[in-house]
Amino acid sequence: MNTLVLLTLTGLGLAALYFLIASGLALIFGLMDVLNFAHGAFLTVASYAAWRTAEAVGGGPGLLAALLIGTLTGLALAAVTELLLIRRLYGRPKEQILVTVGLSLAIPALVQSYAGADSRTFPVPDALSGTVGVLGAQVPVNRFLLIGAALAVLVGVHLLLTRTRYGLVVRAGVEDRAMVSALGVDVTRAFTLVFALGGALAGLAGVLGGVYFGSVSPHRGTGLLIFGFVVVIIGGLHSITGVAWAALAVGLVQQYANYYISGGFGDIAVVILLALVILARPTPGREGPLAALRRVTRPPAPRRAIPPGGTA
Amino acid sequence: MSRSPAGPLVTVDGLQVEIAGSRILQGVAFDVPATGVTALMGRNGVGKTTTVRAILGVLPEGGLITGGRIAFDGDDITREAPHATVRRGIGYAPEDRGVFGSLTVAENLTLAERRGAGRPAYDLVHDLFPDLRERARQRAGTLSGGQQQMLALARTLLNDNRLIVADEPTKGLAPRVVRQVAEALRRAARAVPMLLVEQNLAVIRELAQHAVVLDNGRVVHAGSAAELLADRELTTTLLGVGRAAGTPRHGLAAEEDTPA
Repeated sequence: MNTLVLLTLTGLGLAALYFLIASGLALIFGLMDVLNFAHGAFLTVASYAAWRTAEAVGGGPGLLAALLIGTLTGLALAAVTELLLIRRLYGRPKEQILVTVGLSLAIPALVQSYAGADSRTFPVPDALSGTVGVLGAQVPVNRFLLIGAALAVLVGVHLLLTRTRYGLVVRAGVEDRAMVSALGVDVTRAFTLVFALGGALAGLAGVLGGVYFGSVSPHRGTGLLIFGFVVVIIGGLHSITGVAWAALAVGLVQQYANYYISGGFGDIAVVILLALVILARPTPGREGPLAALRRVTRPPAPRRAIPPGGTA
Repeated sequence: MSRSPAGPLVTVDGLQVEIAGSRILQGVAFDVPATGVTALMGRNGVGKTTTVRAILGVLPEGGLITGGRIAFDGDDITREAPHATVRRGIGYAPEDRGVFGSLTVAENLTLAERRGAGRPAYDLVHDLFPDLRERARQRAGTLSGGQQQMLALARTLLNDNRLIVADEPTKGLAPRVVRQVAEALRRAARAVPMLLVEQNLAVIRELAQHAVVLDNGRVVHAGSAAELLADRELTTTLLGVGRAAGTPRHGLAAEEDTPA
């Protein structure tokens, strides 16, 4: 029982990280059709900025400053990328992919040349480095920080999308961008906002990832980004809560599989989950899973007898 | 309506448009006068919608203006961003209605409110389309085709516009709804000039003063709407209307139009 509690809360912490990454990716892809492969690089740079800040300030205030600096770093990096590069490439998906993939390779390499290939220990304040007993399990306190931050972001993004005019523009833009501009709305401003917001969330994930793993490393962002994309594919682009549920599923499946099946199987289990979701999802013009199940479980229609001399 | 009625509101001159490499418009030229309703007519696929979308700046993917000029009130808007063009005071109801299905009716209307375009005219909109008030919290995707068309038109009526552009607003609607939409257009046209793409000759007869007929990416006729409709030979050759205009098939009481 206490193993299950520990696994679940750890899985939730991981899910929180995935959610922070995937919500930005989903918003950016949904509104702008841009697959942002540089998203993970934003996370990496932010995590190093946060690490530097936390080291310099130290203790609890150090973590708070790191959260702020990390988030702002992600925001600034994303905003600059959008304004200087992505903006010129709207409607040119191949070029966008080349540019963002290029950034996703170049930025971690720059970080590595600056801070070395080895991971650096992220200073975690004493208040967060211990464990707390939950239903008999000793759970690291930082898991609750991650879960709380993800919930706050979920509520915040939900309110932004449903209660503000920007949110209205974003939701409408996900559906039909051209029509939004044909109503007199400058959609490019919403693009910059969404890109910067996604960068800020990636930055926040960078700091929290430092706390969760206890370290920062040059390729952390790239590794986490893959799971971010998986979560986006499972959760879909149309609701932030869908992304949250998908993050939850991926985080928990990964943790449970790693423990109950074998260490390292978690990643494979996530891929299996992804495949199942893709296969089960009804697509227009294709038979849905329930219909297929019904067809399979129905007694087979009488077949024509095999002609004599057949292979049977 | 502070401008002098002397100059045209919109001037399209030698407009050439390609979509995915094939030439759709080959030098379209016409004016939209600053008063009254201008009907843009022609058979399916002659370039009516492309013309309208080029004016608004919202050509489909792969669409490109390769020549010519579009002016709004004397200003060149040929390659202007759509939102900038619309902010000059254009309300646009596109052919596919362009309603946001995942948003509620009220949200669709809120999004259409433009700053600097007067107080949103919800009184007018709800007076014309009481359905929209009752269904304010309903998702627009669950509305009937007629209700979606009303919502699309309501968005153009919400602001103080200088021009309304409506692309086939009666297409595919039941006769009762066609009458309601035509009535809304008639009331809107009292205050604002209109560019109306329309195939329903009875609607044109009721609303339009000016008529522009396209064929094969070119303007083949421009003049008074009443004169065009009175000329049986012209309507037959230009519009492919087999029977005389105004017979029940093309009347306001027409049966459900089947989209081509």
